[in-house]
Amino acid sequence: MTSARGAAAIVGVADDASPTGQLELSGRALEAAMIDQALQDAGLTIADVDGVCHTGSSMGLAEYLGVHPRFTDSTATGGSSFEVHVEHAAAAIAAGMADVVLSVYASTPRGDRARGGTGGPGRRTAMMGGPNPQAEWEVPAGIRMPMGAYALAATRHMALYGTTPEQLAQIAVSTREWATMNPKARYQEPITVGDVLASPMQTSPLHLLDCCLVTDGAGAFVMTSAERARDLAKAPAYVLGVGTCHDHAMISQMPDLATTAGTVSGPLAFGMAGLGPADVDVLMGYDSFTITALLHLEDLGFCAKGEGGPFVEDGKLGPGGSLPMNTNGGGLSYTHPGMYGMFLLVEAVRQLRGECGPRQVDGADVAVAHGSGGVLSCMSTVVLGTGATL
Amino acid sequence: MSTEARSSRFEPPVSEVSAPFWDATREKRLVVQWCRPCDRAVFYPRETCPGCLGTDLEWRECSGRGTLYTFTVNHLSPNPTGGEGPFPVALVELEEGFRMMSNIVDCPLEDLAVGMALAVSWEPLSDGRHYPLFAPAGDPT
Repeated sequence: MTSARGAAAIVGVADDASPTGQLELSGRALEAAMIDQALQDAGLTIADVDGVCHTGSSMGLAEYLGVHPRFTDSTATGGSSFEVHVEHAAAAIAAGMADVVLSVYASTPRGDRARGGTGGPGRRTAMMGGPNPQAEWEVPAGIRMPMGAYALAATRHMALYGTTPEQLAQIAVSTREWATMNPKARYQEPITVGDVLASPMQTSPLHLLDCCLVTDGAGAFVMTSAERARDLAKAPAYVLGVGTCHDHAMISQMPDLATTAGTVSGPLAFGMAGLGPADVDVLMGYDSFTITALLHLEDLGFCAKGEGGPFVEDGKLGPGGSLPMNTNGGGLSYTHPGMYGMFLLVEAVRQLRGECGPRQVDGADVAVAHGSGGVLSCMSTVVLGTGATL
Repeated sequence: MSTEARSSRFEPPVSEVSAPFWDATREKRLVVQWCRPCDRAVFYPRETCPGCLGTDLEWRECSGRGTLYTFTVNHLSPNPTGGEGPFPVALVELEEGFRMMSNIVDCPLEDLAVGMALAVSWEPLSDGRHYPLFAPAGDPT
């Protein structure tokens, strides 16, 4: 079997968010702005694009842009959609079925509310499609979604492995340390473990500061072949490995609430890359909630199953630590417009290019973007590397 | 449990395939689909077995006993059991080998513990059906 390792690269990125939590533009206008910035970042134009990815309708987006793509992908797996887009685009580019592929995301729940729209991530049930067993088997129990799903996972993890609220809180604290160095982050003031534990309980054991933000945000990326990437504006971030797996849609159907499908997607991606967790310089791990990030650390093999709590306790995820994670401030402190996976990729690419200013991780050659979509449902892992890793 | 229907619970819709489950609750019986070839419970109800895609499914009585797989105490939403304040949402692991989401009743919040023994308890719904709740079991299973 041929491998797509290093055959494609992310060559342009853009994102936007604001400390106010709100953006001026919305909808297609915001998407078009992100695409324009990502293409400029790459040194490409819209005329170069022959592949389009969008979580809503790739046809609608392409029509708006005036693109007639030969590669089209409307995959929607929630927050991990953009990692899956990278996977599909890398395969298509490696097979010669596409040359320049873009993906874009814009969501403005705050701005929509201010403008009198409905706002909010109301797409959760629609995303599942078809009949809606959730209305029959989950909603009647009064679970608060989505955070209740993650709370169920956290309680289970605590019972099995002795994970503590303090350990989960440390993830929010380390992530906030990174956010102090991102001028676009929603929250930039340092916090303590005590602050997290003192913030209002939402649905136990998750406190308010264990939960991601609800903010406006948008981003885009552009991919092309390794060959073409070498002649473009910025250093390519090569796609070294990809892997995806989902093992449920509803939380009550998750096979093991303390173990995610990252145990499948991670080894697939690392295997293709010929690398392992010890080789990772920057980890961008989806942090919808503190427990989400903790599960990724275990399931991708950064520590053993059940040892995530002690692993994060010493602050190694923060600036100067041995495993820099979510260096943009994450979904917990930077931005979280509903499907956060786009921002994982944008920051990973910028770290590999050395563009991150005060929060730059020295000598970052390997970055992992690990998306989680649905309610711990669809895991998609992307291993990216600089030219030195080819 | 009270014998009157509560107004605060979102009452589960009934799909064609799940009707036997909800009909059994009118007699306070808990039943589950069983795939005979795979010899396993199938939940939520489906037209085909998610193990073999076969249609040889029958309805079986459950013991109504299980254990608390995990839970969360919801501080944000109205209490569907009709009480005041935070309430537990749970995943219950039934003896027959499937999990359902429900609420735990008749148990102080501080006594909730993963692994505790539970038994089904019934809350009346407005149309004669009952919603399966779970309460601490008298003796461990």
